[in-house]
Amino acid sequence: MKDRREVLKFGLKAISLVIAGGFTWSTQTNLKAQTLILRPPGARDEKGFMASCIRCGLCVEACPFDTLSLAKLGDNISFGTPYFTPRETPCYMCTDIPCTVACPTDALDVKLVSTDDKLDINKSRMGIAVLDPYSCIAFAGIQCDACYRACPLIDKALVLEYKRNERTEKHAFLLPVVDANYCTGCGKCENACVTKKAAIFVLPREIGLGEVNDNYVKGWIEDDDTRLKDIDTKIKLDQNKVKDYLNSGEI
Amino acid sequence: MKYLLLRRITQISILTLFLVSNLYGLKILQGNLSSSMIFGTIPLSDPFAVLQLFLASFTLAGSAALGALIVVLIYALIAPRAFCAWVCPVNMITDFARFVRVKFGYDKDKKVVVFSKSFRYYILAFVLFMSVVMQTPAFEGVSFIGIIQRGIIYGGTLWIFVAFGVFAIDAFVGDRLICSKLCPLGAFYATIGKFAFIRVEHDSQNCTKCMKCKVICPESQVLGIIGKESGLITSSECISCGRCVDVCGDDALKFSIRNLRRK
Ligand code: SF4
Ligand code: SF4
Ligand code: SF4
Ligand code: SF4
Ligand code: SF4
Repeated sequence: MKDRREVLKFGLKAISLVIAGGFTWSTQTNLKAQTLILRPPGARDEKGFMASCIRCGLCVEACPFDTLSLAKLGDNISFGTPYFTPRETPCYMCTDIPCTVACPTDALDVKLVSTDDKLDINKSRMGIAVLDPYSCIAFAGIQCDACYRACPLIDKALVLEYKRNERTEKHAFLLPVVDANYCTGCGKCENACVTKKAAIFVLPREIGLGEVNDNYVKGWIEDDDTRLKDIDTKIKLDQNKVKDYLNSGEI
Repeated sequence: MKYLLLRRITQISILTLFLVSNLYGLKILQGNLSSSMIFGTIPLSDPFAVLQLFLASFTLAGSAALGALIVVLIYALIAPRAFCAWVCPVNMITDFARFVRVKFGYDKDKKVVVFSKSFRYYILAFVLFMSVVMQTPAFEGVSFIGIIQRGIIYGGTLWIFVAFGVFAIDAFVGDRLICSKLCPLGAFYATIGKFAFIRVEHDSQNCTKCMKCKVICPESQVLGIIGKESGLITSSECISCGRCVDVCGDDALKFSIRNLRRK
């Protein structure tokens, strides 16, 4: 009888520890690359945000549209930090920005979404809308302006470009184009897009935007050349390399 | 049983208030144990988390700093580690683990892991150091307390496995490993509670040396004076749970207010 009790006792211990160990193991092996996280309006840059968010969920609770969620274990986002998924619920761009105002740690910084000390949601930069012309039906010549109509900054962040449809020779393309100077990344376009998987979608700005070199001067933009004022014009070329270049093909 | 019951009521009602405030958008107790708002006006923040945030960026942020100050004052003045015994939801799990451990006799097994008592202080120092290096609040990124309390407040399922892991460690690996040896938050509260006013007082005249208190105490090393001399339990590692007061049948232990003039 004593033995049976011992076996049961050992069994309970072994099973519990295997389950607990197995779970810890699975969370570690399941870690994918960080998903593309969109933070609430007013969020500081990702590094600064991670250094200051205390994971209290006050922003989540403040949002009247249930846009924001607090990352749960298994969401592949640092758990307890807020994010949103525009295809499910976009940010409705409240003018009183309750989420940012509620943040106790300035991880969501009111200053980043204010002009002259007045809240200005249009200054928020949650992400950038990016369009895939191969799945956007407007690029196929079908008339659709769902994203354009949904955009809270219509004709600024999203513009329609008119182009002749050479294939039919009598219709026009109405092509949605995003202007990164105005796009807030609220995701209302992504939410409204009619295609199976949204043809226009919001990415974090660091990922969705490129960057030009300083040396391309757009002469038709006033003062664009001022960037070149203090530029270092000394060209650093290796004389020998220049001499050899015909032979080696390398400068 | 008195204090045990009171503690369970406190622990559960705090979580419930967070939960209903979140579910129904009430402004009673918003947020969670990391940072919260009472009635939309009084901020409360976990001072250990705020300290890590400060070390991560060397800036002190907004109302969280004020909230942390309020919480530090409360715990520094009232009773040592009152957070651990009266607020932290992990306490309910580890108490249950201890119950299972004793009930099934796992506490008589050979010791496999031996940690020193001061291990949690090394972890505390390590967390603060890592917050500076990684520029992110290091413990908040892995905190089992955070996972469990947010799981209870905001829902989800995976946190249950973490809670089970905490249970399994305490029940089957080592006695009171989580709270007494590993948790840096407990170490933090022990550090700031050094001068707290409410302490357990021992009266050796009444003590019959039954040692029931030492058996039940989650930090039994603090009860060194039992049966030897009368006085206050001075160590701030005591979690102020009152279990010793509950089980002492000889009226030798009670909570009392520390008299500062004596020293
Ligand atoms: S601006 Fe409004 S809708 Fe957008 S996340 Fe904040 S509270 Fe929610
Ligand atoms: S309110 Fe601020 S600190 Fe709290 S979860 Fe949101 S961003 Fe993080
Ligand atoms: S809603 Fe979608 S398919 Fe329609 S124009 Fe916009 S991006 Fe294209
Ligand atoms: S030691 Fe840590 S886990 Fe245990 S009750 Fe205290 S804060 Fe919670
Ligand atoms: S001394 Fe008493 S109150 Fe303090 S931790 Fe031990 S049992 Fe709890």
